[in-house]
Amino acid sequence: MKGLSIENISMRFDLKNGSSVQALKDVSLDIEEGQIITVLGPSGCGKTTLLNIVAGFLAPTEGKVVLNDQIVLGPGAERGMVFQQGALFEWMNVQENVAFGPRMKGMPKAEQNKKVKHLLGVVGLADFEDKAVYELSGGMQQRVALARCLANDPDVILMDEPLGALDALTREKMQGLVLKLWKETGKTILLITHSVEEAILLGERLLVLAPRPGRIHKEYKLPFAEMGVNMDLRDVKKSDGYTETRDEILSIIWEMEEEIMGRTDDN
Amino acid sequence: MTILIIYVVIFIAAFYIVKAVSSMSKSREDFTSLKTVTFGDESAVTPNRAASIISVFAIFAIWAAFTGSKLIPFHVPGPFIGELSFTYTAVNSLGEKDDADVRISVYDVQTGEIPEKIDIELGSGFALNDTAQIIAWRSALIKVKKNDVGGKDKKYKIITINGEPISPSSELFIDDARIYMTAKGTLSLTPYKGWQMQPIWLPSPEAVWSRLIKVSSEGYKNFSLFEHLGWSLLRVIVGFVAGALIGIPLGYAMGLSGWFRGWFDPIVEFMRPVPPLALIPLVIIWFGIGEQGKIILLFLASLWIMTISARAGVSGVNIAKIHAAYSLGASKWQIMRLVIVPNSLPEIFTGARVSMGVCWGTVVAAELVAAQKGAGMMIINASKFQMTDLVIMGIVLIGVIGYAIDILMRIAENYLVPWKGK
Ligand SMILES: Nc1ncnc2c1ncn2[C@@H]1O[C@H](COP(=O)(O)OP(=O)(O)OP(=O)(O)O)[C@@H](O)[C@H]1O
Ligand SMILES: [Mg+2]
Repeated sequence: MKGLSIENISMRFDLKNGSSVQALKDVSLDIEEGQIITVLGPSGCGKTTLLNIVAGFLAPTEGKVVLNDQIVLGPGAERGMVFQQGALFEWMNVQENVAFGPRMKGMPKAEQNKKVKHLLGVVGLADFEDKAVYELSGGMQQRVALARCLANDPDVILMDEPLGALDALTREKMQGLVLKLWKETGKTILLITHSVEEAILLGERLLVLAPRPGRIHKEYKLPFAEMGVNMDLRDVKKSDGYTETRDEILSIIWEMEEEIMGRTDDN
Repeated sequence: MTILIIYVVIFIAAFYIVKAVSSMSKSREDFTSLKTVTFGDESAVTPNRAASIISVFAIFAIWAAFTGSKLIPFHVPGPFIGELSFTYTAVNSLGEKDDADVRISVYDVQTGEIPEKIDIELGSGFALNDTAQIIAWRSALIKVKKNDVGGKDKKYKIITINGEPISPSSELFIDDARIYMTAKGTLSLTPYKGWQMQPIWLPSPEAVWSRLIKVSSEGYKNFSLFEHLGWSLLRVIVGFVAGALIGIPLGYAMGLSGWFRGWFDPIVEFMRPVPPLALIPLVIIWFGIGEQGKIILLFLASLWIMTISARAGVSGVNIAKIHAAYSLGASKWQIMRLVIVPNSLPEIFTGARVSMGVCWGTVVAAELVAAQKGAGMMIINASKFQMTDLVIMGIVLIGVIGYAIDILMRIAENYLVPWKGK
């Protein structure tokens, strides 16, 4: 079966002082090939942990992740990652960064160059090959990170707040780019965000996680990502149902945050 | 003390002069000049180049002024050079008084000319005229009674100088000199010393320069200047390279493996605070005073620094980079080569700069203790013969070379790790 399935995952961190944190409890999720899913939830509810388990950086205490009928046991090239920031290699220029994955596979140089050129064009950074990454703006760096991930042609793209460090305008442009890439490449995308708007705009499916223990609280199926592919995102925000969905999710999150606050107050 | 006050005065005066001059010709309106908050804003503090230049000149000017250098027209007063004279009155055992003249020539040994003895007539009476020679900055006993008739008599006493009374263990001043009468009644004369330094304390800049010319053409103690400095530098480079070759892989191993870290942590943490200079005696006992011992000392000096910086370089890698590399399909070896090593380069360069500095200091110190050649040997040997000009020349060269090494390392750093601090 093609696709990514997360089966009954629990994750418990045993702390040095003897106590333990239940970061995730019994999380299950089936993602079809080519879906884009956004994950939302209050801080500390286990979003990053979930992504790290799917990426193979962490082994869950219970459950398993299966990608295309293969159990995930560690990191692999078929699951690409885009991090919030700081994951580009400063000692390589833009071209070398993007070519990193193909190079690891032993792709011939000429082919690498062709691929890099194409991808940089796709993310709107044509002619930036020879630039050093520390000379680029934050938005440009994230474009390079996207291109680097795509160059490896992964089945699934995992993004942990990829646009979190960007300013509002750049962020909006990048959201458009993510949707465009999703549609053009047909990749499965799992994207974590703190922004409710971003989660609604980019998520075909939107998962709201609840904290302590981290679990799926609610799932939405939304039409906005599909709309956003051909439409200006500002217009998408004016379309039917957008405002209602946003307010509903906001109030859920608010409730959770308040509950967390209340609980810490009791302590 | 005086020098310090003069220096502070120059510092303050230069500040106000430069400020006045630059406020007259204020044209550049860069971003910093528009900042209203500059106190405490580190980025707004740039070194004032005028201050740097004046600072260097001030030190040279003070040096020149206090050594009577011919390079600058103004000096602090020098020692008295020339002829002194005074008249003393003595009383003999019979209670009779008589006068005699004393003429003294004060000369400068540095010029190499020893003046001829002053011809005097002995004069009449029982107190006879005397003459003497004194080297500038020194004092001398003037045994005026020696040639006097009855001068050896216990009761023969000198009672006045230039008409002023003097008694044992007291002093008085004549023009350009101080006269002290010892408890036994002998006169001790100190010509006016002035404010200038004796060449043996601090030679003038041109003396140092001419020593440099001389040593660089003739060499010193069987080796040319180039060989002395070259040997020091060679030892530093060999010791440093050896330390880096062992230290960097060791640091990587400590950063990557718990076993290595556990094993070497106590050793590294113990050896790190031991200054390399403290190892000199042991190294001499074990390896003698030859090249081997020095290189091992420098190796030890750089080893721990390089180990620690390589370890810090590995631990400092952002985990996102490692994760990203794994997700892009890199193997452990590829991650080592393409992520961990380049990521640690800035740290290693910082370590290398520190380590080169420490090695350079250590080599000079080691050569001070025992060596046939080298910059340190040169200055310690010169100090034994009181060749202060050579000592100062050596110190300046050591400083210049140390500074040059650091500048070269910084250039290499900018070239090889341009992303540092970005
Ligand atoms: N390595 C770890 N050791 C111990 N506890 C951990 C570890 N990693 C995460 N946790 C705990 O697991 C919980 C979930 O963490 P996680 O980083 O997944 O949250 P998150 O939803 O990504 O938060 P944020 O939105 O702030 O990024 C937190 O309570 C955190 O304290
Ligand atoms: Mg997180």
